[in-house]
Amino acid sequence: MSNGAKTYALELRDIHKTFNPGTINEKTALDGLNLQLEDGDFVTIIGGNGAGKSTALNAIAGVWPVDRGSIIIGDTDVTSLPEHKRAKFLGRVFQDPMTGTAATMSIEENMALAARRGKRRTLKWGVTKEEKERYMGMLKTLDLGLEDRLTSKVGLLSGGQRQAVTLLMASLQKPNLLLLDEHTAALDPKTAAKVLALSDKIIEENHLTAMMVTHNMKDAIIHGNRLIMMHEGRIIYDVRGEEKKSLHVSDLLSKFEEVSGGEFANDRMILS
Amino acid sequence: MILLSLNPLALLRAMPGACAQGLIWGIMALGVYITFRLLDFPDLTVDGTLATGGAVAVMLIRAGVNPWVSLIVSFAVGMLAGMITGLLHTGLGIPGILSSILTQISLYSINLNIMGKSNQAINVDQYKLVVSLRYISGDALTKFKFYGGVTLGCLILVMIMYCYFGTEQGQAIRATGCNMSMAKAQGINTNFHTVLALMISNGLVGLCGGLYAQYQGAADVNMGRGAIVIGLAAVIIGEVLFGKFCVRRKSAFAFTMISVILGAVLYYIVIAFVLWLKMPSDDMKLFSAIVVAIFLSIPYLKNKYGKKGVARQ
Ligand SMILES: Nc1ncnc2c1ncn2[C@@H]1O[C@H](COP(=O)(O)OP(=O)(O)OP(=O)(O)O)[C@@H](O)[C@H]1O
Ligand SMILES: [Mg+2]
Repeated sequence: MSNGAKTYALELRDIHKTFNPGTINEKTALDGLNLQLEDGDFVTIIGGNGAGKSTALNAIAGVWPVDRGSIIIGDTDVTSLPEHKRAKFLGRVFQDPMTGTAATMSIEENMALAARRGKRRTLKWGVTKEEKERYMGMLKTLDLGLEDRLTSKVGLLSGGQRQAVTLLMASLQKPNLLLLDEHTAALDPKTAAKVLALSDKIIEENHLTAMMVTHNMKDAIIHGNRLIMMHEGRIIYDVRGEEKKSLHVSDLLSKFEEVSGGEFANDRMILS
Repeated sequence: MILLSLNPLALLRAMPGACAQGLIWGIMALGVYITFRLLDFPDLTVDGTLATGGAVAVMLIRAGVNPWVSLIVSFAVGMLAGMITGLLHTGLGIPGILSSILTQISLYSINLNIMGKSNQAINVDQYKLVVSLRYISGDALTKFKFYGGVTLGCLILVMIMYCYFGTEQGQAIRATGCNMSMAKAQGINTNFHTVLALMISNGLVGLCGGLYAQYQGAADVNMGRGAIVIGLAAVIIGEVLFGKFCVRRKSAFAFTMISVILGAVLYYIVIAFVLWLKMPSDDMKLFSAIVVAIFLSIPYLKNKYGKKGVARQ
């Protein structure tokens, strides 16, 4: 695959995805999506409802095959790999705190499952002693009192605690790319801020490449080194570095208005 | 009036048989527990698998194979049946419950082919059977060996399962059953582990079929009819009666499995009891279904009505 051309942490080439083709529910969710992420890029993604943000992340994760285009992570073309085989490259945290963890399994078991992401599941013991100690140390840094609850079922945790654990899980086995899809949207503002700060910390400490979908424009500006806005399955705005830092919410709003013809009033974008 | 005509001694005499049958069927209940609870897959294959396990054991024993070896084959054949259901579902996209019905129906024909007719008997005097109805009416030593052996066998199975579901592979199965999105995101091949769980489950059911055929000295194509209901009854009775006792323990999973086996024993005790009350045995299946329906609805009804008072406080 490396024919001398530059490799990226992630490269999306002309991705197309239409749901329910040929039916009355036909919906083109991705319409020629192109994106190149450098190593260590932390991109925030904004866009109206149905813009295709989640679909883009799901396409990368391989939830279903795309209709056209290719997805390249590092020097591996993953376009035809099934979801579980791509997992070794990806850490994922979902919008619904229930999605990222197995509720009937203990915290340590969930973490152990994540620590083996991309590895064969053998007949070796599922959670070793050394692991338990390691996990306890990691949970301590969360400061949520979870370090004493290694054997508690994850289903007993609050949404915020579950997202924090899911973030830890995503970083246990360093991923080439971390995908965060509105992972704080289901949390109350205070917890959301905490989980967001934790995301920043984990991304920085592990030098991760990350994509974070958010509806909060302020967050999108503050976090990361690059920002993209999606509309109708395409990227319509892409800023980075100093230019991104100096953005204001009003800039994003007018940009958004420009493409959507002022429909944003009934959108659930958070303007504050 | 009717009560007077009942002989308490007859009930007492029925108990050893009920316990023995319960312990043997407890093994099949463990299999049902794997699919129904761990994998969250309603697997009706078991009705066929049970008879297949029995048919294979009986035919092998008649052909002179060691009864112990026949049980290993029963287990293996059960796994094969589970694999077929699993592949129909994961490989061909047929809904789980339908895949299992397809396998179950095909097994009916296969079982007839294995036995050449609808039932085959083995004579306990002719072969050294692993378990037999005869042993519970034998002398004290025979009885002790029989009950001790069956109980020990069940405990060993529980231990093996406890260890297995603590391994990486066992945890992958549990994650697959609990949250498929999460499992895939953690790189678990959910299709593979679904098939694997179905194989283990049906292996246990096949083993139970082999044992049960030896116990009653015959295999019959219909011996598995309604087996899933008995398995479910055992799982649910075990959970409802011993669930609270199990959760707080360190090895909760091992205790849960033991309670499933006890659930099967209790089920047969209840059956012995209603038979003793002169319920026609033709109505047994109806009765079992009603019992299962009641026990299945208890957790739901408890949630719906029981907690309200607490919540208001
Ligand atoms: N699995 C699916 N089946 C059918 N249609 C889908 C599916 N997933 C997404 N879509 C459709 O594709 C379009 C893009 O959806 P997507 O979830 O990517 O939007 P989004 O940008 O994440 O929006 P939101 O901000 O609401 O989360 C929508 O019209 C949606 O209805
Ligand atoms: Mg979305």
